[in-house]
Amino acid sequence: MNFFDTVIPYLLSGISVGGQYALIAIGYTMVYGILRLINFAHGDVFMVSGLVMIYLAASTPLYVAIPVTIIVTVALGFTIERVAYKPLRTAPRMSLMISAIGVSYLIQNLALYITGGLNKNYPEIPWISDKISIFGTTTTRVTLITPFLTLALVLILVWLINHTKIGMAMRAVSKDFETSQLMGIKINNVISATFVIGSFLASIGSILYFTNYPGLVPTSGSMPGLKAFVAAVFGGIGSIPGAVIGAFIIGICESLIKGLDTILVSQGIIADPVGFATFSDAFTFVLLIIILVFKPTGLFGEKQTDKV
Amino acid sequence: MLSIKDLNVNYGGIKALRGISLDVPDGKVVTLIGANGAGKSTTLRTISGLVKAESGSIMWNNEELIGKPIDAIVTSGIAMVPEGRRVFADLTVLENLKIGAYLRKDKEQIEKDIQWVYDLFPRLKERSWQYAGTLSGGEQQMLAVGRALMSKPKLIMMDEPSLGLAPLVVQDIFKIIRTINEQGVTVLLVEQNANMALKVADLAYVLETGTITMTGTGAELLANPKVREAYLGKSN
Repeated sequence: MNFFDTVIPYLLSGISVGGQYALIAIGYTMVYGILRLINFAHGDVFMVSGLVMIYLAASTPLYVAIPVTIIVTVALGFTIERVAYKPLRTAPRMSLMISAIGVSYLIQNLALYITGGLNKNYPEIPWISDKISIFGTTTTRVTLITPFLTLALVLILVWLINHTKIGMAMRAVSKDFETSQLMGIKINNVISATFVIGSFLASIGSILYFTNYPGLVPTSGSMPGLKAFVAAVFGGIGSIPGAVIGAFIIGICESLIKGLDTILVSQGIIADPVGFATFSDAFTFVLLIIILVFKPTGLFGEKQTDKV
Repeated sequence: MLSIKDLNVNYGGIKALRGISLDVPDGKVVTLIGANGAGKSTTLRTISGLVKAESGSIMWNNEELIGKPIDAIVTSGIAMVPEGRRVFADLTVLENLKIGAYLRKDKEQIEKDIQWVYDLFPRLKERSWQYAGTLSGGEQQMLAVGRALMSKPKLIMMDEPSLGLAPLVVQDIFKIIRTINEQGVTVLLVEQNANMALKVADLAYVLETGTITMTGTGAELLANPKVREAYLGKSN
């Protein structure tokens, strides 16, 4: 088997999972940009979105289940901010962080209570789960759709931030709460908008992500959430393009490491599989440590223009 | 007309304002002078709604401002140029002006007002597409004033506009204050540069540790021996 044919499936799946991480990572990076908060509950919102989809799809058709899932996820993100973060607006940042960790565990435990900790089967979504053939390999349609959908959503988001009034307000609030207020901007509304956007994208990411997996447990949000967080740090937390690029890099690397045994064996470089796939998760976190040591601001870290 | 009566403000147990009363008549330039920590900035921040008052009243055209949200105060026609300019460094000059008009809905008039601000400050027009963070200190001050004007205020409050600027630029800033006032906008000015502030002011108040100790026209206070000694560094 030639090199190209062996690598392509891993590359495709890497790009796809990268897109899914990107949709989660944007929520982390936007919230950090505006509140300087690492929203630990974001991965769990992603999980809940999957859970809601499972319960809804069991009783309603998909054309109802999908939009309602998105609405419920957005409402959850909005509510978390209003209940757990807004009252702490003037509290030290550490309190906010602890509140976020609390929300994360609360959601996981509620999900555990509701599901009884059992693996819940994710509904099969027709059309996007169909098998298709491309570049001589077989994959599902969702693998191909994900990167394009992600890029489209990111472009819309970037346009929104750079060319609309609410986007301008977001950029202003992320730099200076007090002066933004003096302009008449209601910062609570802007912060809510950030959580709404983040949860919306996480919900889309959740549908694309869980379609590839047979089921979901209450901790299913943790690993993708953590990886998306690493992607956001890698890209420079606070930066949207950074988070997206970081997510694609992590997705692709992770997928290639998973396939490294197969690739190397097929090329005759090694005779027997070594078990590289075991390290695909570890890679992400090694990457996190390396970034934090050598370039803490990430690829596109915040510009320092503090001229006064 | 802005009328403050017996205003008390506490900052975490410290009395920042101890029952001050002052009037800002329409169309005038009024200045508050005083040393660091006298309560000048606190007064402006309380009027703008950033700081909560303990007691007292701030009447603005027969409406009580205390307890109103900040955006309602902006809409009622009061704009603030904060201390240290605080332009949005990552926004362009044009965006900074647009954000000053955040609460306004009259799009066409906003475009006209941007041109009006550009006529007032041609330097800003040249730099329309630059990030505000790349401007010089004086230009940033012009932008901060322009941004405040974009809300079409009847009263503009300026907190230490001359701070940290070169003497020539300071003169420009005071020219701007006169110009704005000639356009019919009332100015409430907080300054450490007492000499310049009193020269431009119709009415002046001296604040000391949260109390008003002297009041008069700018010219009266300029001639006052106590003021000369304490704030102008001149002995008699």
